[in-house]
Amino acid sequence: MDYVIEMVNIRKEFPGIVANDDISINLRKGEVLALLGENGAGKSTLMSILFGLYTPDRGLIKVNGSVVNITNPNDASDLGIGMVHQHFKLVHNFTITENIILGMEPKGIKIDLTDARERIVELSKKYNLNVDPDAKIENVSVGMQQRVEILKMLYRNAEILIFDEPTAVLTPQEILELMKIMRNLIDEGKSIILITHKLKEIKQVADRCTVIRRGKVIDTVDVKTSSLEIMAEKMVGRKVTFSVEKGDGIPGNEILEISNLNVYNNRKVLGVKDFSLKIRSGEIVGIAGVDGNGQTELIEAITGLRDIHSGSIILNGQDISRLSIKERSNRGISHIPEDRHKHGLVLDYSLEENLILEQVESKKFSKNGFINKISMRDHANKIISDFDVRSGMGPLTIVRSMSGGNQQKAIVGREIFQNPDLLIAVQPTRGLDVGSIEYIHKRLVEQRDSGKAVLLVSLELDEILDLSDRIAVINSGELIGVVDGDKTNENEIGLMMAGISKGDKN
Amino acid sequence: MNSDKLRPLWVALISVLLGLIAGGILMAFTGNNPVEGYIYLFKGGLMSIERIGNTLATATALILTGLSVAFAFRTGLFNIGASGQMLMGGLCATALGLSLNLPKPVLLPIVLLAAIIGGGLWGLIPGLLKARFNVHEVVATIMMNWIAFWTVNYAVPSFFKGEYLETESRNIGVNASLRVEWLTKLFNGSYINLGIFLAILSIIVIAIILNRTVLGFQLKAVGFNKDSAKYAGMNVNRNIVLSMVIAGSLSGLAGATFYLGYASNIQIGVLPSQGFDGIAVALLGANSPYGALATAIFFGILHSGKGFMNAMTSIPPEIGDTIIAIIIYFAATSLLIHKFLDKIKAFIKGARKK
Ligand SMILES: Nc1ncnc2c1ncn2[C@@H]1O[C@H](COP(=O)(O)OP(=O)(O)OP(=O)(O)O)[C@@H](O)[C@H]1O
Ligand SMILES: [Mg+2]
Repeated sequence: MDYVIEMVNIRKEFPGIVANDDISINLRKGEVLALLGENGAGKSTLMSILFGLYTPDRGLIKVNGSVVNITNPNDASDLGIGMVHQHFKLVHNFTITENIILGMEPKGIKIDLTDARERIVELSKKYNLNVDPDAKIENVSVGMQQRVEILKMLYRNAEILIFDEPTAVLTPQEILELMKIMRNLIDEGKSIILITHKLKEIKQVADRCTVIRRGKVIDTVDVKTSSLEIMAEKMVGRKVTFSVEKGDGIPGNEILEISNLNVYNNRKVLGVKDFSLKIRSGEIVGIAGVDGNGQTELIEAITGLRDIHSGSIILNGQDISRLSIKERSNRGISHIPEDRHKHGLVLDYSLEENLILEQVESKKFSKNGFINKISMRDHANKIISDFDVRSGMGPLTIVRSMSGGNQQKAIVGREIFQNPDLLIAVQPTRGLDVGSIEYIHKRLVEQRDSGKAVLLVSLELDEILDLSDRIAVINSGELIGVVDGDKTNENEIGLMMAGISKGDKN
Repeated sequence: MNSDKLRPLWVALISVLLGLIAGGILMAFTGNNPVEGYIYLFKGGLMSIERIGNTLATATALILTGLSVAFAFRTGLFNIGASGQMLMGGLCATALGLSLNLPKPVLLPIVLLAAIIGGGLWGLIPGLLKARFNVHEVVATIMMNWIAFWTVNYAVPSFFKGEYLETESRNIGVNASLRVEWLTKLFNGSYINLGIFLAILSIIVIAIILNRTVLGFQLKAVGFNKDSAKYAGMNVNRNIVLSMVIAGSLSGLAGATFYLGYASNIQIGVLPSQGFDGIAVALLGANSPYGALATAIFFGILHSGKGFMNAMTSIPPEIGDTIIAIIIYFAATSLLIHKFLDKIKAFIKGARKK
């Protein structure tokens, strides 16, 4: 059997943690190999080694059978290895063509882009990528940006393509497209390593799956002949239930009442239009909608990150629509934000500092203006053990060095620990492994059962359907309707998301 | 972990070493013995109790401007305006020192406060411009430097003209001076003054603010990531303004220690070089208060020793400045040093494995 890539006995240690412990994987020509593993298992680290971002402490890498030395991404690129990172590396005010040729511009005084542009158009056609070479990055969707990253690899003649959680930021429609693109790539003879937490995707596109747990390879399985349950169990080390266990809720008082809300978006048009919604204690209300239909603006308006144009937002009987973010948080709103790097974390702060980010001024964590380091540490230890946040140095870990999933778990833990009346959870399980998703879902239901109001925003219909007591569907900033979670199905919600009205308007 | 924390220290020490080596080569080029040159350079800064006093006096303003730049930097702001803030602090302090006739224990706090307010105001304006109109603080602070420059050019000849010279103010009286007899005597007539205590006190206070307080926590958070600071309910604009005011106040205080301590009057036509050297101090000190303290004292030695070196050998005193410049250059391009240290670390790790 021909392997295009073999990584043999790779070891990589970080302070306090062995991220890769004697890992060996191999990739056949023309296959999709999935890497499956818990948050912090060491997948991104392994791929960063292959791509030349880290040097391994031990072990060797073979490309097409011969041992190679990859010390930086240029080496990797020369060997035909390309990588799409979870966070894209594009220049926003450059055109797509400019972004793709960046770093390998044609020589000469005046850069002539016509040849490059032609080649990009050609590649785009060949792989059905459908990108406009002249559009600026800032004006295109996330899905298109990702396709630009793919084109960037292809333009550099990559034969081996690494995708690190490519679907975490995509809408369900975009995910389907990406799966098709991957199959096209395989048909053209490329080989792919795919990191994802979504077992369904592995089932859809992967040929084999290597399971990693705590830095070690557990097994490599044939995807066709293994069930999702088995793969999940191998990864987490215990049985995983895929459905959410949840009894009937007992809705109580109204916690949040939004009436006739209008909010402008960044393009200075109304992103939320005449929106009204009530949420009671003891219920989970899910907001379903295609990405970019006003969910972000709605949440920002409730939390105070964005000014409203008109309407009212009543929390526990008081209008909070003109209050500061701090005030709203003090009155019982906590918020798991959509973008954990932009809003949720100070990446250069330690974990324990991040866990008191919003509450540092409170009596619990400070006295006379001095931070109470003991209670800060206690608080961190509680969240870390409660939410199984894994990292090298515990409370002292710099958050930037934590794995994406563990960053997310830390945020979720922090927000739940604030014991809010209203918990706003936007994509709370983005980037989490199935075991952690199960756990976070349990905690959200538990919040509901203890009489909190939970507002859930997710692009994943399954998550909305599994968790919500009521589902509010939003389209173009308008409320299409509200339906009961147990009396609806994917089809109905799908139609409503497309703007077809159903259900009662409250 | 531990070795990573000490990284900035290594970078600084290696920069210093490389700077000294380069300086030695230059001395050799001018036909002198580098070893001899360095002996005189350090002797000049440290040889006697008086010279140590002078070194500390030279370092005083540098400690404070370095601290000012470092503090701003830690909160995400680049303060190029230390020079203007120092000048305004000096002007306000001198103005009150010359105008008020009060006993020393009353007058000193007043002039110091004036310096802090003057410098603080010069930080406040760029802070407000940044918070309100998103004017970059580099542009605003440079502009404020020149406004301070011209304000002094106008105010000193108009109101505080010296007995003989148009270009400088009258000398301040004993009661407004930071020099005190016991300290001067203790250091054998050196021009060391109370400023050094103020500088060290400021270092300690700022270190505590940055590392232990809610205020420091929030200011740094804003510096690292405005969006998440805002999300967490912090008042981003207030914090930007506050950072600039504190940074400005520290430079203003530097002005008081310089014009009322090291010197005894204020001249027109110069932006004090300490303001710009403060950037170097902060850089080499890795933006830590204690790092700034150590660096400023080291620079103080070079500054005050270079005259002696020049007197005892034929090495031009500019070599002292050149060494400082080279050290800064190495510190600024510390990426190379980082790579070097990484290699060493990997080597040690490899050796231990075998
Ligand atoms: N640069 C770094 N410095 C220190 N520790 C690191 C660094 N990068 C990763 N780690 C640690 O190594 C471990 C593995 O991280 P990695 O990012 O590879 O996990 P992952 O499998 O990709 O997880 P996720 O699914 O959450 O993205 C984590 O515990 C992380 O904290
Ligand atoms: Mg990862």
